[in-house]
Amino acid sequence: MKSFKLEIVNPEKVVVSEEVESVMLPAVGGFLGILRNHVPIFGGLDIGVIRYRKEGKSHTVACNLGVFEMRENTLRVLADTAERGEDIDVLRAQEAKKRAERRLQEKAQDLDYVRAELALKRAIARLKAAAGEGKGR
Amino acid sequence: MPEQMRDIKRRIRSIKNTEQITKAMEMVAAARLRRAQSRVEAARPYAEEIRKMAGRIAASLEDVSHPLLVEREVRNTGFVIFTSDRGLCGAFNARVIRFAQDVLKERDARSIVAVGRKGRDFFRRRGYDLLADFIGIGDEPGVDAAREVVRHILKLYESGALDEINLVYTEFISTSRQRPVVRRLLPIEIPTGDGNESRRADDYIYEPSPKRVLDIILPRFVEAQVYRAMLEAKVSEHAARMLAMGNATENAGEMINQLTLSFNKARQAAITKELTEIVTGAEALKG
Repeated sequence: MKSFKLEIVNPEKVVVSEEVESVMLPAVGGFLGILRNHVPIFGGLDIGVIRYRKEGKSHTVACNLGVFEMRENTLRVLADTAERGEDIDVLRAQEAKKRAERRLQEKAQDLDYVRAELALKRAIARLKAAAGEGKGR
Repeated sequence: MPEQMRDIKRRIRSIKNTEQITKAMEMVAAARLRRAQSRVEAARPYAEEIRKMAGRIAASLEDVSHPLLVEREVRNTGFVIFTSDRGLCGAFNARVIRFAQDVLKERDARSIVAVGRKGRDFFRRRGYDLLADFIGIGDEPGVDAAREVVRHILKLYESGALDEINLVYTEFISTSRQRPVVRRLLPIEIPTGDGNESRRADDYIYEPSPKRVLDIILPRFVEAQVYRAMLEAKVSEHAARMLAMGNATENAGEMINQLTLSFNKARQAAITKELTEIVTGAEALKG
Protein backbone atom coordinates (compact mmCIF):
# COMPACT_ATOMS: atom_id res chain seq x y z
CA MET A 1 0.00 0.00 0.00
CA LYS A 2 1.24 3.47 -0.77
CA SER A 3 2.37 5.49 2.19
CA PHE A 4 2.47 9.11 3.25
CA LYS A 5 4.12 11.07 6.03
CA LEU A 6 2.48 11.44 9.45
CA GLU A 7 3.76 13.97 11.94
CA ILE A 8 2.22 14.33 15.37
CA VAL A 9 3.69 17.19 17.36
CA ASN A 10 2.86 18.74 20.71
CA PRO A 11 4.30 22.04 21.96
CA GLU A 12 7.04 20.23 23.84
CA LYS A 13 8.19 17.67 21.31
CA VAL A 14 7.68 15.59 18.18
CA VAL A 15 5.74 12.46 19.12
CA VAL A 16 5.42 10.71 15.76
CA SER A 17 7.25 11.24 12.50
CA GLU A 18 6.74 8.20 10.32
CA GLU A 19 5.71 6.88 6.92
CA VAL A 20 2.25 5.38 7.32
CA GLU A 21 -0.39 3.75 5.16
CA SER A 22 -3.54 5.07 6.78
CA VAL A 23 -4.70 7.29 9.62
CA MET A 24 -7.96 7.58 11.52
CA LEU A 25 -8.23 10.69 13.59
CA PRO A 26 -10.89 12.32 15.75
CA ALA A 27 -11.83 15.56 13.99
CA VAL A 28 -14.25 17.93 15.69
CA GLY A 29 -17.01 16.78 13.36
CA GLY A 30 -16.34 13.09 13.80
CA PHE A 31 -13.80 10.48 12.82
CA LEU A 32 -11.90 11.04 9.64
CA GLY A 33 -9.95 8.46 7.69
CA ILE A 34 -6.98 9.67 5.67
CA LEU A 35 -5.10 7.82 2.95
CA ARG A 36 -2.43 8.85 0.50
CA ASN A 37 -3.42 11.61 -1.93
CA HIS A 38 -6.16 12.98 0.28
CA VAL A 39 -7.22 16.45 -0.85
CA PRO A 40 -5.71 19.34 1.11
CA ILE A 41 -7.60 19.78 4.33
CA PHE A 42 -7.38 21.84 7.48
CA GLY A 43 -9.29 20.64 10.47
CA GLY A 44 -9.88 20.84 14.18
CA LEU A 45 -8.76 17.92 16.26
CA ASP A 46 -10.91 16.57 19.06
CA ILE A 47 -9.89 14.75 22.22
CA GLY A 48 -9.54 11.10 21.35
CA VAL A 49 -7.37 8.43 19.85
CA ILE A 50 -5.43 8.72 16.61
CA ARG A 51 -4.91 5.33 15.08
CA TYR A 52 -2.51 4.75 12.23
CA ARG A 53 -1.29 1.79 10.28
CA LYS A 54 2.35 1.34 9.50
CA GLU A 55 3.72 -1.69 7.67
CA GLY A 56 0.47 -3.45 8.36
CA LYS A 57 0.64 -2.89 12.11
CA SER A 58 -1.66 -0.53 13.90
CA HIS A 59 -0.54 2.04 16.44
CA THR A 60 -2.39 4.42 18.73
CA VAL A 61 -1.76 7.91 20.04
CA ALA A 62 -3.96 9.64 22.60
CA CYS A 63 -4.43 13.27 21.71
CA ASN A 64 -5.94 16.42 23.11
CA LEU A 65 -7.46 19.33 21.17
CA GLY A 66 -5.52 20.79 18.28
CA VAL A 67 -5.38 21.22 14.51
CA PHE A 68 -4.33 19.06 11.60
CA GLU A 69 -3.45 19.66 8.01
CA MET A 70 -3.09 17.25 5.11
CA ARG A 71 -1.13 18.62 2.22
CA GLU A 72 1.17 17.15 -0.39
CA ASN A 73 1.01 13.77 1.29
CA THR A 74 2.06 15.00 4.67
CA LEU A 75 -0.41 14.90 7.52
CA ARG A 76 0.61 17.23 10.30
CA VAL A 77 -1.17 17.02 13.60
CA LEU A 78 -0.53 19.72 16.18
CA ALA A 79 -2.10 18.65 19.44
CA ASP A 80 -2.07 20.24 22.89
CA THR A 81 -0.90 16.91 24.20
CA ALA A 82 -0.12 13.70 22.38
CA GLU A 83 1.10 10.48 23.84
CA ARG A 84 1.87 7.15 22.24
CA GLY A 85 -0.30 4.34 23.50
CA GLU A 86 2.63 2.33 24.81
CA ASP A 87 3.95 5.32 26.81
CA ILE A 88 0.73 5.93 28.70
CA ASP A 89 0.67 5.39 32.43
CA VAL A 90 -2.49 3.32 32.72
CA LEU A 91 -2.78 3.63 36.49
CA ARG A 92 -2.63 7.40 36.33
CA ALA A 93 -5.20 7.49 33.56
CA GLN A 94 -7.54 5.29 35.58
CA GLU A 95 -7.20 7.54 38.57
CA ALA A 96 -7.87 10.59 36.44
CA LYS A 97 -10.98 8.89 35.09
CA LYS A 98 -12.29 8.09 38.56
CA ARG A 99 -11.57 11.59 39.75
CA ALA A 100 -13.43 13.10 36.81
CA GLU A 101 -16.39 10.77 37.29
CA ARG A 102 -16.63 11.69 40.93
CA ARG A 103 -16.59 15.35 40.10
CA LEU A 104 -19.28 14.90 37.48
CA GLN A 105 -21.53 13.25 40.04
CA GLU A 106 -21.05 16.03 42.52
CA LYS A 107 -22.33 18.42 39.85
CA ALA A 108 -20.67 21.57 41.03
CA GLN A 109 -20.89 24.82 39.06
CA ASP A 110 -21.08 24.89 35.29
CA LEU A 111 -17.42 25.63 34.66
CA ASP A 112 -16.26 22.77 36.79
CA TYR A 113 -18.71 20.55 35.02
CA VAL A 114 -17.30 21.32 31.59
CA ARG A 115 -13.77 20.87 32.79
CA ALA A 116 -14.52 17.59 34.47
CA GLU A 117 -16.20 16.37 31.32
CA LEU A 118 -13.13 17.21 29.26
CA ALA A 119 -10.91 15.53 31.82
CA LEU A 120 -13.05 12.43 31.66
CA LYS A 121 -12.90 12.42 27.88
CA ARG A 122 -9.14 12.71 27.97
CA ALA A 123 -8.77 9.92 30.51
CA ILE A 124 -10.96 7.62 28.46
CA ALA A 125 -8.99 8.41 25.32
CA ARG A 126 -5.73 7.66 27.07
CA LEU A 127 -7.02 4.36 28.39
CA LYS A 128 -8.24 3.40 24.94
CA ALA A 129 -4.97 4.34 23.33
CA ALA A 130 -3.07 2.37 25.95
CA ALA A 131 -5.23 -0.65 25.27
CA GLY A 132 -4.63 -0.16 21.55
CA GLU A 133 -8.34 0.19 20.84
CA GLY A 134 -9.31 3.50 19.30
CA LYS A 135 -12.28 3.71 17.01
CA GLY A 136 -12.05 2.40 13.50
CA ARG A 137 -9.85 -0.38 12.28
CA MET B 1 50.43 32.93 66.08
CA PRO B 2 50.22 36.69 65.77
CA GLU B 3 46.84 38.37 65.48
CA GLN B 4 47.37 39.36 61.85
CA MET B 5 48.09 35.84 60.70
CA ARG B 6 45.03 34.46 62.39
CA ASP B 7 42.85 37.06 60.67
CA ILE B 8 44.23 36.20 57.27
CA LYS B 9 43.74 32.51 57.89
CA ARG B 10 40.13 33.07 58.84
CA ARG B 11 39.47 35.09 55.71
CA ILE B 12 41.04 32.45 53.50
CA ARG B 13 38.82 29.83 55.02
CA SER B 14 35.69 31.92 54.52
CA ILE B 15 36.55 32.66 50.90
CA LYS B 16 37.20 29.00 50.28
CA ASN B 17 33.69 28.25 51.48
CA THR B 18 32.25 30.84 49.15
CA GLU B 19 34.31 29.44 46.32
CA GLN B 20 32.90 25.99 46.88
CA ILE B 21 29.36 27.31 46.79
CA THR B 22 29.82 29.37 43.65
CA LYS B 23 31.56 26.45 42.00
CA ALA B 24 28.62 24.18 42.80
CA MET B 25 26.15 26.76 41.54
CA GLU B 26 28.10 27.10 38.34
CA MET B 27 27.93 23.40 37.73
CA VAL B 28 24.23 23.19 38.51
CA ALA B 29 23.56 26.08 36.13
CA ALA B 30 25.60 24.38 33.42
CA ALA B 31 23.55 21.20 33.73
CA ARG B 32 20.28 23.15 33.67
CA LEU B 33 21.46 25.17 30.72
CA ARG B 34 22.00 22.01 28.72
CA ARG B 35 18.59 20.65 29.61
CA ALA B 36 16.88 23.95 28.86
CA GLN B 37 18.61 24.12 25.50
CA SER B 38 17.34 20.71 24.51
CA ARG B 39 13.85 21.85 25.51
CA VAL B 40 14.12 24.80 23.15
CA GLU B 41 15.23 22.43 20.40
CA ALA B 42 12.35 20.05 21.08
CA ALA B 43 9.78 22.87 21.05
CA ARG B 44 10.91 24.24 17.71
CA PRO B 45 9.01 21.92 15.32
CA TYR B 46 5.63 22.78 16.81
CA ALA B 47 6.33 26.51 16.82
CA GLU B 48 7.50 26.44 13.22
CA GLU B 49 4.65 24.28 11.97
CA ILE B 50 1.97 26.34 13.62
CA ARG B 51 3.44 29.49 12.14
CA LYS B 52 3.56 27.99 8.65
CA MET B 53 0.07 26.56 8.99
CA ALA B 54 -1.34 29.91 10.03
CA GLY B 55 0.41 31.44 7.03
CA ARG B 56 -1.10 28.90 4.66
CA ILE B 57 -4.56 29.37 6.12
CA ALA B 58 -4.26 33.12 5.70
CA ALA B 59 -3.10 32.64 2.11
CA SER B 60 -5.89 30.22 1.24
CA LEU B 61 -8.75 32.27 2.66
CA GLU B 62 -9.97 35.32 0.85
CA ASP B 63 -11.26 36.97 3.93
CA VAL B 64 -9.47 36.25 7.17
CA SER B 65 -11.09 37.94 10.07
CA HIS B 66 -10.82 37.03 13.67
CA PRO B 67 -10.87 39.03 16.91
CA LEU B 68 -7.25 38.10 17.58
CA LEU B 69 -6.18 39.50 14.21
CA VAL B 70 -8.03 42.81 14.24
CA GLU B 71 -5.93 45.90 14.79
CA ARG B 72 -7.89 48.03 17.22
CA GLU B 73 -7.25 51.61 18.06
CA VAL B 74 -4.57 51.30 20.70
CA ARG B 75 -5.46 53.02 23.94
CA ASN B 76 -3.65 50.69 26.25
CA THR B 77 -0.55 48.69 25.45
CA GLY B 78 0.58 45.88 27.73
CA PHE B 79 3.95 44.26 28.16
CA VAL B 80 4.63 40.76 29.39
CA ILE B 81 8.06 40.84 30.97
CA PHE B 82 10.09 37.70 31.63
CA THR B 83 12.60 37.79 34.47
CA SER B 84 13.89 35.17 36.87
CA ASP B 85 12.58 34.31 40.30
CA ARG B 86 16.01 34.10 41.85
CA GLY B 87 19.07 36.28 41.76
CA LEU B 88 22.78 35.51 41.52
CA CYS B 89 22.66 35.52 37.76
CA GLY B 90 24.75 38.54 36.97
CA ALA B 91 23.11 41.37 35.08
CA PHE B 92 20.43 39.10 33.62
CA ASN B 93 17.45 40.73 35.32
CA ALA B 94 18.87 44.24 35.43
CA ARG B 95 19.38 44.21 31.70
CA VAL B 96 15.93 43.04 30.67
CA ILE B 97 14.28 45.33 33.22
CA ARG B 98 16.20 48.36 32.01
CA PHE B 99 15.34 47.48 28.43
CA ALA B 100 11.67 47.08 29.34
CA GLN B 101 11.66 50.43 31.13
CA ASP B 102 13.01 52.15 28.03
CA VAL B 103 10.45 50.50 25.79
CA LEU B 104 7.60 51.37 28.15
CA LYS B 105 8.70 54.96 28.30
CA GLU B 106 8.97 55.16 24.53
CA ARG B 107 5.47 53.72 24.07
CA ASP B 108 4.06 55.68 26.94
CA ALA B 109 2.72 52.50 28.53
CA ARG B 110 2.39 51.43 32.14
CA SER B 111 0.59 48.09 32.02
CA ILE B 112 2.60 45.05 32.90
CA VAL B 113 2.23 41.32 33.28
CA ALA B 114 5.23 40.03 35.17
CA VAL B 115 6.57 36.52 34.74
CA GLY B 116 9.25 36.09 37.40
CA ARG B 117 9.63 37.50 40.88
CA LYS B 118 12.43 39.96 40.13
CA GLY B 119 10.40 41.79 37.50
CA ARG B 120 7.26 41.76 39.60
CA ASP B 121 9.01 43.26 42.62
CA PHE B 122 10.74 45.91 40.58
CA PHE B 123 7.72 47.13 38.66
CA ARG B 124 5.41 46.98 41.64
CA ARG B 125 7.83 49.10 43.65
CA ARG B 126 7.97 51.63 40.86
CA GLY B 127 4.19 51.92 40.75
CA TYR B 128 3.52 50.45 37.32
CA ASP B 129 0.12 48.85 36.66
CA LEU B 130 0.78 45.25 37.47
CA LEU B 131 -2.13 43.41 35.83
CA ALA B 132 -0.96 39.92 36.70
CA ASP B 133 2.11 38.09 37.90
CA PHE B 134 3.36 34.55 37.59
CA ILE B 135 5.89 33.31 40.10
CA GLY B 136 7.44 29.90 40.51
CA ILE B 137 7.38 28.62 36.95
CA GLY B 138 10.43 26.53 37.84
CA ASP B 139 13.77 25.91 36.25
CA GLU B 140 12.46 23.76 33.46
CA PRO B 141 9.04 25.10 32.57
CA GLY B 142 6.63 22.95 30.60
CA VAL B 143 3.99 24.24 28.24
CA ASP B 144 1.43 24.22 31.07
CA ALA B 145 3.17 27.20 32.64
CA ALA B 146 2.88 29.06 29.36
CA ARG B 147 -0.79 28.11 29.01
CA GLU B 148 -1.62 29.68 32.32
CA VAL B 149 -0.01 32.93 31.25
CA VAL B 150 -1.77 32.81 27.89
CA ARG B 151 -5.17 32.23 29.46
CA HIS B 152 -4.71 35.37 31.47
CA ILE B 153 -3.34 37.44 28.62
CA LEU B 154 -6.16 36.47 26.29
CA LYS B 155 -8.67 37.50 28.92
CA LEU B 156 -7.03 40.90 29.20
CA TYR B 157 -7.03 41.26 25.45
CA GLU B 158 -10.56 40.05 24.81
CA SER B 159 -12.04 42.15 27.57
CA GLY B 160 -10.53 45.22 25.96
CA ALA B 161 -8.35 46.03 28.97
CA LEU B 162 -5.42 45.90 26.57
CA ASP B 163 -5.50 46.61 22.85
CA GLU B 164 -1.99 45.47 22.13
CA ILE B 165 0.29 43.05 23.97
CA ASN B 166 4.02 42.63 23.58
CA LEU B 167 6.53 40.22 25.01
CA VAL B 168 9.78 41.43 26.52
CA TYR B 169 12.30 38.69 27.18
CA THR B 170 15.95 37.78 26.90
CA GLU B 171 16.89 36.05 23.71
CA PHE B 172 19.60 33.46 23.86
CA ILE B 173 22.31 33.90 21.25
CA SER B 174 25.20 32.02 22.78
CA THR B 175 26.41 31.06 26.22
CA SER B 176 28.20 34.36 26.54
CA ARG B 177 25.67 36.47 24.66
CA GLN B 178 22.02 37.14 25.41
CA ARG B 179 20.04 40.20 24.52
CA PRO B 180 16.67 41.59 25.57
CA VAL B 181 14.07 41.84 22.82
CA VAL B 182 10.51 43.07 22.42
CA ARG B 183 8.07 41.20 20.17
CA ARG B 184 4.44 41.88 19.45
CA LEU B 185 2.10 39.14 20.53
CA LEU B 186 -1.38 40.55 19.98
CA PRO B 187 -3.02 41.36 17.68
CA ILE B 188 -1.43 38.51 15.79
CA GLU B 189 0.59 39.32 12.73
CA ILE B 190 0.34 36.28 10.53
CA PRO B 191 3.62 35.65 8.78
CA THR B 192 3.00 35.58 5.05
CA GLY B 193 5.78 33.07 4.58
CA ASP B 194 8.36 32.83 1.85
CA GLY B 195 6.16 33.58 -1.13
CA ASN B 196 6.17 30.45 -3.23
CA GLU B 197 4.92 28.24 -0.46
CA SER B 198 2.00 30.26 0.75
CA ARG B 199 1.09 32.06 -2.48
CA ARG B 200 -0.02 28.89 -4.13
CA ALA B 201 -3.49 28.86 -2.66
CA ASP B 202 -4.33 25.19 -2.46
CA ASP B 203 -8.02 24.62 -2.37
CA TYR B 204 -8.34 23.49 1.15
CA ILE B 205 -11.30 21.80 2.70
CA TYR B 206 -12.02 23.18 6.13
CA GLU B 207 -13.35 20.81 8.72
CA PRO B 208 -15.74 21.98 10.01
CA SER B 209 -15.27 25.61 8.87
CA PRO B 210 -12.54 28.20 8.35
CA LYS B 211 -13.76 30.13 11.35
CA ARG B 212 -13.56 27.16 13.68
CA VAL B 213 -10.10 26.27 12.47
CA LEU B 214 -8.97 29.84 13.11
CA ASP B 215 -10.58 29.70 16.54
CA ILE B 216 -8.44 26.69 17.32
CA ILE B 217 -5.16 27.63 15.71
CA LEU B 218 -4.81 31.27 16.71
CA PRO B 219 -4.76 30.89 20.51
CA ARG B 220 -2.26 28.06 20.04
CA PHE B 221 -0.13 30.31 17.90
CA VAL B 222 -0.08 32.78 20.80
CA GLU B 223 0.69 29.97 23.20
CA ALA B 224 3.64 28.78 21.13
CA GLN B 225 5.11 32.27 21.16
CA VAL B 226 4.73 32.70 24.89
CA TYR B 227 6.21 29.27 25.51
CA ARG B 228 9.14 30.11 23.32
CA ALA B 229 9.75 33.40 25.14
CA MET B 230 9.59 31.54 28.45
CA LEU B 231 12.13 28.96 27.32
CA GLU B 232 14.47 31.52 25.79
CA ALA B 233 14.41 33.51 29.01
CA LYS B 234 15.15 30.38 31.02
CA VAL B 235 18.06 29.33 28.84
CA SER B 236 19.46 32.85 29.08
CA GLU B 237 19.03 32.87 32.83
CA HIS B 238 20.94 29.63 33.27
CA ALA B 239 23.68 30.85 30.93
CA ALA B 240 23.95 34.15 32.80
CA ARG B 241 24.06 32.37 36.14
CA MET B 242 26.69 29.95 34.95
CA LEU B 243 28.86 32.81 33.75
CA ALA B 244 28.37 34.91 36.87
CA MET B 245 29.17 32.02 39.15
CA GLY B 246 32.18 31.07 37.04
CA ASN B 247 33.52 34.59 37.44
CA ALA B 248 32.84 34.55 41.15
CA THR B 249 34.74 31.28 41.51
CA GLU B 250 37.65 32.72 39.59
CA ASN B 251 37.69 35.86 41.72
CA ALA B 252 37.60 33.80 44.87
CA GLY B 253 40.60 31.85 43.62
CA GLU B 254 42.50 35.06 42.98
CA MET B 255 41.67 36.40 46.41
CA ILE B 256 42.83 33.19 48.02
CA ASN B 257 46.14 33.41 46.16
CA GLN B 258 46.70 36.96 47.28
CA LEU B 259 45.76 36.22 50.85
CA THR B 260 48.01 33.17 50.91
CA LEU B 261 50.83 35.40 49.75
CA SER B 262 50.24 37.92 52.52
CA PHE B 263 49.87 35.09 55.01
CA ASN B 264 53.29 33.71 54.03
CA LYS B 265 54.80 37.18 54.22
CA ALA B 266 53.41 37.67 57.69
CA ARG B 267 54.65 34.27 58.74
CA GLN B 268 58.14 34.95 57.41
CA ALA B 269 58.23 38.32 59.11
CA ALA B 270 57.28 36.63 62.38
CA ILE B 271 60.02 34.03 62.00
CA THR B 272 62.62 36.62 61.09
CA LYS B 273 61.61 38.65 64.09
CA GLU B 274 61.92 35.65 66.42
CA LEU B 275 65.29 34.71 64.98
CA THR B 276 66.59 38.22 65.40
CA GLU B 277 65.43 38.14 69.01
CA ILE B 278 67.18 34.83 69.68
CA VAL B 279 70.39 35.88 67.98
CA THR B 280 70.39 39.20 69.82
CA GLY B 281 69.79 37.35 73.09
CA ALA B 282 72.67 34.94 72.42
CA GLU B 283 74.98 37.81 71.49
CA ALA B 284 74.06 39.57 74.73
CA LEU B 285 74.87 36.46 76.80
CA LYS B 286 78.25 36.07 75.13
CA GLY B 287 78.92 39.72 75.87
